[in-house]
Amino acid sequence: MKSLKRIYLLIIILFLYAPIFILMIASFNNSKYIGGWSGFTLDWYVQLFKDREIMSSLYVTLSMALIAAIVATILGTLAAIGINTFSKGPKALMLNISYIPVVNADIVTGVSLMLLFIFTRIPRGYFTMLLAHITFCIPYVIFAVLPRLQMTSSQYYEAALDLGAKPSYAIRKVILPDIMPGIINGALLAFTLSLDDFVVSFFTTSNVNNLSTTIYAMARRGINPKINALSTLMFIAVVLLLLLINNRTTKQEKALRKEISKS
Amino acid sequence: MTRKYFAYPYLAWMVLFIVVPLLLVVYYAFTAEAAGTISFSLQNIAGFFSTTTLNVFAKSIWLAVLCTVICLLLAYPVAYILASSKINSRTLMVWFVLPMWMNFLLRTYAWLIILDSNGIINQVINLFGLPSAQLLYTNEAVLLGMIYNFLPFMILPIYTALTKIPRNLYEAAEDLGANSTTKFFKITVPLSMPGIISGFTMVFIPSITTFSISRLLGGAQTMLFGDLIENQFMFMQDWHAGSAISFVMMILMLISLYIMTRYEKAGESSGGLW
Amino acid sequence: MIPVKKVLSTLLATSMILLTLSGCTSTTSSNSASATPTTVVEEDITLNVYNWGDYMDPEVIAQFEEENPHIKIQETYFDSNEAMLAKLKADSSTFDIVIPSDYVVERMIKEDMLAEIDKSNIPNYAGLLDYCKNQSFDPNNKYSIPYMWGTVGILYNTKKVTETVDSWNILFNTKYKKKIIMYDSIRESMLVALKLQGKSCNTKDDADLKAAENLLISQKPLVLAYGTDEIKRKMINNEAALAVVYSGDAILAMDENEDLEYVIPKEGSNVWFDNIVILKNSTHKKAAETFINFLCRPDVAAKNSAYIGYTTPVEQAIEDLGEGYSDNPAYNPSTEVIERCEIYHDLEDYMQKYNEIWINIKSS
Repeated sequence: MKSLKRIYLLIIILFLYAPIFILMIASFNNSKYIGGWSGFTLDWYVQLFKDREIMSSLYVTLSMALIAAIVATILGTLAAIGINTFSKGPKALMLNISYIPVVNADIVTGVSLMLLFIFTRIPRGYFTMLLAHITFCIPYVIFAVLPRLQMTSSQYYEAALDLGAKPSYAIRKVILPDIMPGIINGALLAFTLSLDDFVVSFFTTSNVNNLSTTIYAMARRGINPKINALSTLMFIAVVLLLLLINNRTTKQEKALRKEISKS
Repeated sequence: MTRKYFAYPYLAWMVLFIVVPLLLVVYYAFTAEAAGTISFSLQNIAGFFSTTTLNVFAKSIWLAVLCTVICLLLAYPVAYILASSKINSRTLMVWFVLPMWMNFLLRTYAWLIILDSNGIINQVINLFGLPSAQLLYTNEAVLLGMIYNFLPFMILPIYTALTKIPRNLYEAAEDLGANSTTKFFKITVPLSMPGIISGFTMVFIPSITTFSISRLLGGAQTMLFGDLIENQFMFMQDWHAGSAISFVMMILMLISLYIMTRYEKAGESSGGLW
Repeated sequence: MIPVKKVLSTLLATSMILLTLSGCTSTTSSNSASATPTTVVEEDITLNVYNWGDYMDPEVIAQFEEENPHIKIQETYFDSNEAMLAKLKADSSTFDIVIPSDYVVERMIKEDMLAEIDKSNIPNYAGLLDYCKNQSFDPNNKYSIPYMWGTVGILYNTKKVTETVDSWNILFNTKYKKKIIMYDSIRESMLVALKLQGKSCNTKDDADLKAAENLLISQKPLVLAYGTDEIKRKMINNEAALAVVYSGDAILAMDENEDLEYVIPKEGSNVWFDNIVILKNSTHKKAAETFINFLCRPDVAAKNSAYIGYTTPVEQAIEDLGEGYSDNPAYNPSTEVIERCEIYHDLEDYMQKYNEIWINIKSS
């Protein structure tokens, strides 16, 4: 039974990773077309950094993910702190509306934002794509931070106010440290979501391409192996990043468990 | 109680970038443009009920249902095994989510290499002296691409729901003489329902509207709902007709949101995806 | 209704800007609307070119930037005329130069989207083939300069197809079930069905259209895939027997696989022209004309044409390319063949009907 479970997990893992390994192998393949193997090369990795189109879309992708994550984290954290103090009705309303970008079909989110930019005559480009990314990132930050807030009691914050602390000071010294893990998780989530997005970006930009829209345009011409090389590098970076977060959260959980068992 | 003001910047953002855009979709869906003037019209909504659109809709729903059910059948055992294993399942879980962070188009494109008539699977088949099979450019290939992309979205919420089930419930059941089958159907399944519902929404809605998968793996032989929305906006430049179709998707989304929150209340905390 | 919309949109726009001012700075440096272009100055200019993917030799662009150090070319890609129009409709101010096909030029002129081209700035215009000038979609080339031209035909693999290929008919032969690749576009698919029945590819006759629709639906079980740029690779790899392609793709594919042949069926086909146009609200018209003139220079046109595979309208360039080009019927079709071919026209409201047929075919 136990080995049966292992085999099942293994098959699913294989299913999920097969395409990724294929891409990684293809990035070392000498042939320009997919299909047969025609020798090992590191050429694509070298050429990658000379490709204007790929490099500029990489820059767009990374800078946007960074800015979107920062803005979404700030707005989302503040929102979570605020929403947490709302009374039941308004709180439910806010949370339900925040759920919309999470549940909604990406294409509808993308199309609706496109309509907004057309309607307001704001030319689509880097800026509008950024606004869109921030929009779908904030809810994830809120839902990452909120559970942490609910775990901490607001008594300490009120006590700090009673002792003469300014609200901003009390927030910084009392609330923020408690919810920090949630904020970090939310920020990382926002960063990765922005990094991976295709559909929303597709509808909210015109002349500025990120990696996803570049790849989409390429997919019809045949994907350039340089893209395989780039995604191999990025995937390895993401694996390292995620291992880091995971390490972090398990450590935190251990600490939390210790505290609980102490009390 | 000044803290509630902290939510106001987001409140403004939410209204401007979530609520207003959706209202714009409604606005465009219920208007038509003739000779430069925009007026109220039901013709786009009526357009949705034309046989042409309904055919596309029916096909998409059918593929989405297949995709969601297969995802559920594949994901439940994974989530169950992970949630009940004694080793640090959180670390293991990460490995099931990790593929999601590689560009979705690229991962889909990689299936092309695997399924192609000169692809890996066919090369293996040929090794055994069998003729190549046509795997790519079929409905099955599209379905495979969809399952592949959405499976993690099913595993995750079910896993979260399963880990929230208190262990002592099982102990109590055992004390009352329940066997493992009874435990599974009386405790595990009902209590993982919020996860299943949440997973269902996370898979069903996006799989109705997948666009580009059919083009990459299906040889563009089928037009799915997402492709149709793209067709109306990007090809016909008919924002009114495109909005009408998006409006239908919005209604579907709101229904699932409603069902999801109903179930979440039953399962208390705001678990959701994470 | 309209004033309300206007008020609403300005309100939204201002609030949006106010809200996000603190957020970040926009990095699109290219469209500084404040810099009003007077005479051509040595100020750095970025020309935003909206082009088909893989439709201009990067070396040609590099050469232009070298010769004109103050002009930088920023290329963005589209994969269909309609997708391009959709983007322009949403925000037209982003681009200076676009490369649309004939029937789209017709429509863009009608919708007043194009700037008149000052041909005194394009002396190389004189060297274009007479045949490519003064086409019906833009009679005096007031708004458009031909960039590339070609035909639509059948690319087939002589090892897989035994009979002579000279008719669209072969695409409906059950012998080639799942070995046929159609072009993933309404106009090209309808072209096949309409021409086979001896009709115009611009027909607005409902009966003709219905017959074409039925024909294409009946053909669907035979079709391996509907594709665009990937057809080339499929044919080179011997993965299909027959495909509907543009002449330029055929030439590139035939270069890599000697079993491939290209034919323009006897029932006639489509001859098309892709043209360079300047958008009306471009602020760099002069620089754009410099670029157009550069592209029409014989040495540049020859290099560009050899890279992308399509036929240049520059007469001298065709001659210079010489063997394999000027004597290649796929690259340089005879007047007799061209006369069999029809040019696409803007379908106007009938596009809706064509699109509906297309969806019906796809969802059948």
